[in-house]
Amino acid sequence: MTDTPAPRYIPDRLDKPLNAAIFSWEALLVAVAVAIFAVNSFASPYFLDVWSLSDLTFNFTEKALIALAMALLIISGEIDLSVAAIIALASTMMGMAMQAGAGTPVLVAIGILVGLGCGAFNGLLVTRLGLPSIVVTIGTMSLFRGIAFIVLGDQAYKGYPSSFAFFGQGYVWWVVSFELTLFLVAAVIYWFLLHRTSFGRRVFAIGNNPVAAQFSGVRVGRIKFILFCLTGLMAGIASVLITSRLGSTRPSIAQGYELEVITMVVLGGVSILGGAGSIVGVVLAAFIMGLVTFGLGLLNVPGIVMSIFIGLLLIIVIALPIVWRRVRRERLT
Amino acid sequence: MKVFPRYREVWLLAAIVVLIGLISMRFPGFAAFGNLRQLFNDTSILMILALGQMVVILTRSIDLSMASNLCFTGMVVAMLNAAHPAIPIPLLIVIALLVGLVLGAINGFLVWRLNIPSIVVTLGTLTIYRGATFVISGGAWVNADQMSPDFIGLQRAAFLGIPVLSWIAILVIALFFLLMTRTALGRSIYAIGVNPTASVYAGIDVGRTKFIVFCISGMAAGLCGYLWISRYVIASVEVANGYELNIIAACVIGGISIAGGIGSVGGAVLGALFLGIISNALPVINISPFWQMAISGSAIILAVVLNARGERRQGRIILKKAEAA
Repeated sequence: MTDTPAPRYIPDRLDKPLNAAIFSWEALLVAVAVAIFAVNSFASPYFLDVWSLSDLTFNFTEKALIALAMALLIISGEIDLSVAAIIALASTMMGMAMQAGAGTPVLVAIGILVGLGCGAFNGLLVTRLGLPSIVVTIGTMSLFRGIAFIVLGDQAYKGYPSSFAFFGQGYVWWVVSFELTLFLVAAVIYWFLLHRTSFGRRVFAIGNNPVAAQFSGVRVGRIKFILFCLTGLMAGIASVLITSRLGSTRPSIAQGYELEVITMVVLGGVSILGGAGSIVGVVLAAFIMGLVTFGLGLLNVPGIVMSIFIGLLLIIVIALPIVWRRVRRERLT
Repeated sequence: MKVFPRYREVWLLAAIVVLIGLISMRFPGFAAFGNLRQLFNDTSILMILALGQMVVILTRSIDLSMASNLCFTGMVVAMLNAAHPAIPIPLLIVIALLVGLVLGAINGFLVWRLNIPSIVVTLGTLTIYRGATFVISGGAWVNADQMSPDFIGLQRAAFLGIPVLSWIAILVIALFFLLMTRTALGRSIYAIGVNPTASVYAGIDVGRTKFIVFCISGMAAGLCGYLWISRYVIASVEVANGYELNIIAACVIGGISIAGGIGSVGGAVLGALFLGIISNALPVINISPFWQMAISGSAIILAVVLNARGERRQGRIILKKAEAA
């Protein structure tokens, strides 16, 4: 983000389409996903079971929902570190409403609206006051979760209505959970938004060169504001899902999710410097992270050791194309 | 406007004095020398970490792995101490510095040689280092009764009426002050932050300098690994979990620009002190410690808003109206 971009390597002629497809980021991710899938099914006899595979989706869909919006935000050159704190605040507000006797539809509305409001607050600070998003959202991260701590302290909200449990625990059809369905629908919507609309083109334009975009008539501030709102909205939706899945709210809910979401986005091939990335990559990265953590979980690997694999995966997948390109360039010259 | 950024540290100092003044109006004991000395001591570790982070941020990079580095190094020295109590503490401190240096060098190498953005590298090593702590410890804790009395006692020993921990912090502050104001490396660090391209033309090896700043932040984290463990006398995988953002917060409050090139040793120290006072004062004025997070969050946002006033890029006046729309 704050790094200086490396000088771009401009080839004499473009790769043939087939070559480009084979060596694309998404192809690399598919290969990694297939490899992990194969290793998992050999390593554990319990892996290749529809219910196992269905359970697998629960541990990444909530983060992946946020990652979709975060991808757009990072492509535009901004970042939001406060998403996990938004989840905590939205969940706390839902808990308060629940204690006041609100029903399921009201709870869902409150979760989503609080998320949207927090996103709008971030967006206002960044676009109206022209502040760097990384520090603003470090601040709002403490602020949002801090409010949750003020309200709850060391207490917890429990006893959500039973109809509320559907969002995080229900199934739409056979093994297809509501969370997975929601994620897939959202992925299609975000794919369309980023890759098939002028709004998406503007997001890329802003990420590549905000000043040039401004001079081209793109309303940089407004689009960034919308992106912050979208990220907040997705965090609000994720908050509904998590609260429903866990059936309780503690102020420490979803702690550390922000870094996992960003890891997902970066692993998905979105440039942290802005200006490049795709939704397909992010969706693949979400599945890869789900496969890694679930597969290792079946092998009784503790969560903290899994995080080593995720960290290594992140660095290796980012480093591989760089090393490979360098080797190829040296061979050419 | 021009005057503001130059005297940013003075403003922060004034804010701190006012804060202490307000608290001591209700609780006269707060401003007593003994309590202020305690306050400095409590904040020492954060100061050292903030200084390490400062040199990284100045070069337009960021080190998110400092807290994990601290956790890993702390575990290494705690396990060494538990297994071989005979190892003298100064040697353990050297080991802590070296382990921290190696972890920082890994970050620096990836940033320097592979040109991966620092935020990505340190996001990865953040989880790797903490995971590695679990691997070397097997998830077990090192408790106070396993540590030797010297290991725990060194930083608590008083020298000229001030605990050794504070002296270490003072020494580190002095070293960083010399580094930033009296050495070519310090000038290079500022130059890279202000304009990396011009720095290359001026003959500064940008990549190598970034490697060095990550080594410095790694050493700072390593040193704090020992200090943290011997202060809170427990080494576990959970040590300093999420603390990386507190370190960055201290830097931001201290007026260090996340865009690089702006910031000073005094700012980092005062930023850390400010956060220290907030966490220290809340119990005194009878506010639940659960308020601390929200208050420091607000302080960060306020600090960014104030600092940004002096940092606005010039030369975009043509589009002022369009921008406001």
